[in-house]
Amino acid sequence: MTLVKGKTGDWEVVIGLEIHAQVSSESKLFSRASTEYGGAPNSQVSFIDAAMPGMLPVLNEYCVEQAVRTGLGLHAKINKVSVFDRKNYFYADLPQGYQISQFYKTIVGEGYLEIDLEDNSSRKIRIRGIHLEQDAGKSMHDQSSTESFIDLNRCGIALMEIVTQPDLRSSYETSVFIKKLRNILRYLGTCDGNMEKGSLRCDANISIRRPGEDLGTRCEIKNLNSIRNVNRAIDYEVQRQIALIEKGEKIAQETRLFNTVIGETKLLRSKENSEDYRYFPDPDLLPIELTDEYIDKIRANLPELPDSKKNRYMKNMELTSYEASILSADKEVASYFEKVAAAVNPKLATNWITAELFGRLNKASITLAECKVTATKLIGLIHLIEDNTISGKIAKELFDIMFETGEDAAKLVEEKGLKQIIDTGTIEALVEEILANNPDKVEEYKGGKEKLFGFFVGQVMKHSGGKMNPKAINDILKSKLSK
Amino acid sequence: MKALNKLTIRETLQALKDKKFSSCELLESHIKAVEANRDLNAFITETLDLAKEKAKESDLKYLNGEARALEGIPVSVKDVFCTKDVRTTAASKILSNFTPPYESTITTNLFGKGVVMLGKTNLDEFAMGVTNHYSAFGPAINPWKETGSKENLVPGGSSGGSAITVAAHMSMGALGTDTGGSVRQPASFCGIVGFKPSYGRCSRYGIVAFASSLDQAGVFARSVDDAALLSTAIMGYDNKDATCSKEELPNLESAMDQGLKGMKIGIPKEYHGAGLDPEIEALWANAKEMLRKEGAEIVDVTLPHTKYGVAAYYVIAPAEASSNLARYDGVRYGLREYKEGMSLDEMYEATRTEGFGHEVERRIMIGTYVLSSGFYDAYFSQAQRVRKLMVTDFKLAFDKVDALLTPVTINTAFALTDKKQMDPIALYLNDVFTIPASMAGLPAMSIPAKLNGKGLPIGLQVIANRFREDNVFRVAKNLERCLNFKVSPKGY
Amino acid sequence: MTISKGTVLKTAKLARLKIPEDKIDLYTKEISNIVDLIDTLNEVDTKGVETLVNVDEFSITTQKDEITAGNCADKILKNAPKEKLGYFVVPKVIE
Repeated sequence: MTLVKGKTGDWEVVIGLEIHAQVSSESKLFSRASTEYGGAPNSQVSFIDAAMPGMLPVLNEYCVEQAVRTGLGLHAKINKVSVFDRKNYFYADLPQGYQISQFYKTIVGEGYLEIDLEDNSSRKIRIRGIHLEQDAGKSMHDQSSTESFIDLNRCGIALMEIVTQPDLRSSYETSVFIKKLRNILRYLGTCDGNMEKGSLRCDANISIRRPGEDLGTRCEIKNLNSIRNVNRAIDYEVQRQIALIEKGEKIAQETRLFNTVIGETKLLRSKENSEDYRYFPDPDLLPIELTDEYIDKIRANLPELPDSKKNRYMKNMELTSYEASILSADKEVASYFEKVAAAVNPKLATNWITAELFGRLNKASITLAECKVTATKLIGLIHLIEDNTISGKIAKELFDIMFETGEDAAKLVEEKGLKQIIDTGTIEALVEEILANNPDKVEEYKGGKEKLFGFFVGQVMKHSGGKMNPKAINDILKSKLSK
Repeated sequence: MKALNKLTIRETLQALKDKKFSSCELLESHIKAVEANRDLNAFITETLDLAKEKAKESDLKYLNGEARALEGIPVSVKDVFCTKDVRTTAASKILSNFTPPYESTITTNLFGKGVVMLGKTNLDEFAMGVTNHYSAFGPAINPWKETGSKENLVPGGSSGGSAITVAAHMSMGALGTDTGGSVRQPASFCGIVGFKPSYGRCSRYGIVAFASSLDQAGVFARSVDDAALLSTAIMGYDNKDATCSKEELPNLESAMDQGLKGMKIGIPKEYHGAGLDPEIEALWANAKEMLRKEGAEIVDVTLPHTKYGVAAYYVIAPAEASSNLARYDGVRYGLREYKEGMSLDEMYEATRTEGFGHEVERRIMIGTYVLSSGFYDAYFSQAQRVRKLMVTDFKLAFDKVDALLTPVTINTAFALTDKKQMDPIALYLNDVFTIPASMAGLPAMSIPAKLNGKGLPIGLQVIANRFREDNVFRVAKNLERCLNFKVSPKGY
Repeated sequence: MTISKGTVLKTAKLARLKIPEDKIDLYTKEISNIVDLIDTLNEVDTKGVETLVNVDEFSITTQKDEITAGNCADKILKNAPKEKLGYFVVPKVIE
């Protein structure tokens, strides 16, 4: 159990998340205006989005599909009948004066997501449900001292609100959860998970308690827009609550905002001042009714998800749990890995990707998509190792070049004459030469100084420009020295 | 020949085809009537110049043999239908300067049939009322007056302006909307036909919303046949309204050709009494006998939850309205009341308080109240359950009969100065006979039956099952023939 | 049932309506009268009865995911009481 130390003892942290994921549809949830990011202000706004008199919402069928897909990807129950409700409140970025959401009967019910932690344990985080709702417009408050500016481009974009039970116990677990959820959404193609662009946003409900006691009063921290900020906000809020309770004060149920500049959460509104949203079923919309056929068809078209891939990698390719985890987490990485592992020894594929490729990608701060070493090119390189054309050492040097230039391994080997020497005759000749040139060392080795074996190998490598097959060198040296 | 604005639509279409007169001449006779009767305050916005252009186009269409179903017919449109580039106010100060950049589906359909719009008519603000006196543009006046009196009477509401234009021969037909009786009741007060199709028959796209689960476009005309022509032009599926039905359209023409033999007409017992004017009660009984003589079987039916209709309506309609009217906030269109230093919330309050009339404020308050935490179940959910019971009442009744015959109102047109009748709660009770058909989404028509002792028109209502507009028109056409009501208000 | 002045003011706030000081009593009376009317609903036994949201008995209509609207900022802003550089302008909101 992860506990946080306070002045008066240990505290357990309890976190539940409400994640808003923008559906990757072309048009909005109830209007056919574009959802593209970054358009000129109010250029992607239909009369419906602007809530003009007499305008009516019409549901985007694709958004329903994506919500069902997401639910299935999170092992959740799909509710065959669900209803849209109006959440009524006034704000400048909410043209209708209400948000169309789902409150009483959501489209997706209970599910779960398993997270793998660095101590090799797993935790099942329960999903309470997923519902569809409209996103709001954007307000800019910092352009003027007297005015705020409203852009409705984002208004009406479909959001899937994914709500967890308060099962998370630390900011670390929370970041693992969000990363995995994001990967699954990207696998499913239902949301691009881009927190910077705001297509994935997170509200965290945080409380603390003594281990074994009932849940404490929670505070909601809204609109966390990066995993780093989620972590910082949770860590700050936990300390704030601990400090208050240890001082003898009570936690007030509040909604707070995280100030990213000073790293603190600040009161937005207290429970007493919270709006009465007066939820009621939207009379402009009728219930969604899904058939088993519809749900089954979507289920049949689901891609293989990270957990399945991980198990498959471990079972069929004998990867370790850790290796399988990192290779299955991200859709692009998994795809790359599977392509390479289908053509070469999976162990080699694993090593080259996790050890060599990831390292270089991190250092250069680029993504796999931007990398010049495509799966095909990596396959080409590894093939040359597998058929003994080059040594592992040479391969690493080649990889560096390929990473910069994107050239083919085979082509480089030809151009630079890097072919490995495997002809035993040639190797034997050089080994004999080295042994002959170092008689005293041979004596010492035969006398028991076994460390010198490495010296001989090194010499052969040096004199062959690293081109001789190490295994062959070893075998031949062993046989020569044992005489 | 009769004055052109005294003809029926059907007569007019034939005459235009036969080139007895032109669309422009037809329009001219109506423009004269509009100009002569401005004191009735039926219009909020006249579009006479636009109408002249359209009439010219219609004449061209007749010339080229391309005349559409309602080519050249002058019609007025209740100012809740958004008409592109023509001011649309919903009779509210908060929209007094609003010009829609889009057209409602209903007016698109109607204009697509060649209709010529005379203007946007007066109504109770946001369609909330039964007198057309809750208008930011002043009350509208009924062309009918009590015999020997000069007192101004209410035309009924909320579609008062539209009813007036038809009754006073300023237009040949008119569009209205009916949420709890807003087409049928003014039709009754003004001595004309008012028809509300089934909920879901007409698209609500582009109609300023009042109560989404109840609002429906309707038509006014001076005969059942004319109402059929107008209704056929506006009914139909629209993908832009998710509550619009794909149900096959009824054939009103063939329905009207049929007699009543074999039809069962229900008389709901709960519609008796309840403050019903004895003259109206007597008229209703007579009409029942007329239908019996025509071959219909008269059956007593019961609609047990009738008396709770008004209460349920005044929970549901205001609740939906309180949410539908939240968009009027001064941010993107319409009135904005702003003084330097105001916060956003203060701007909302100032704008909405200044922009909405008192009745609209009352309804928003009640609607907000019944949806609010702690009251939702006792009021809103309860009202929705009572509504379900009312729907079931009708379903059971229509297992036994094909149509219902009932009064439309408990009274006839009254004076604006009549304090007792003009009490807000008394006004709500006006809707007791029209609300139930709205709550169940049924097609219903008010047809003028007789003048009462004071010379004011009384209407009767025909209600049929959902999507059975054919039954409504069948009964109404036959009843109209029997009643033979051929009176116009004096001087019009 | 008489509604309290407090409830009336709270409801008005939720609806962003301002009741003038000198009219609060009047409004409270008027709203109370309406509540008296709707209170009669309590007489009806609705145990086991479903709520009715819409008389339509079909399920929700949908449209294909195609971009067929928007790209008309001029029309969107045409009726705006105040706009600047393509944005709607409102009094500054302090979060």
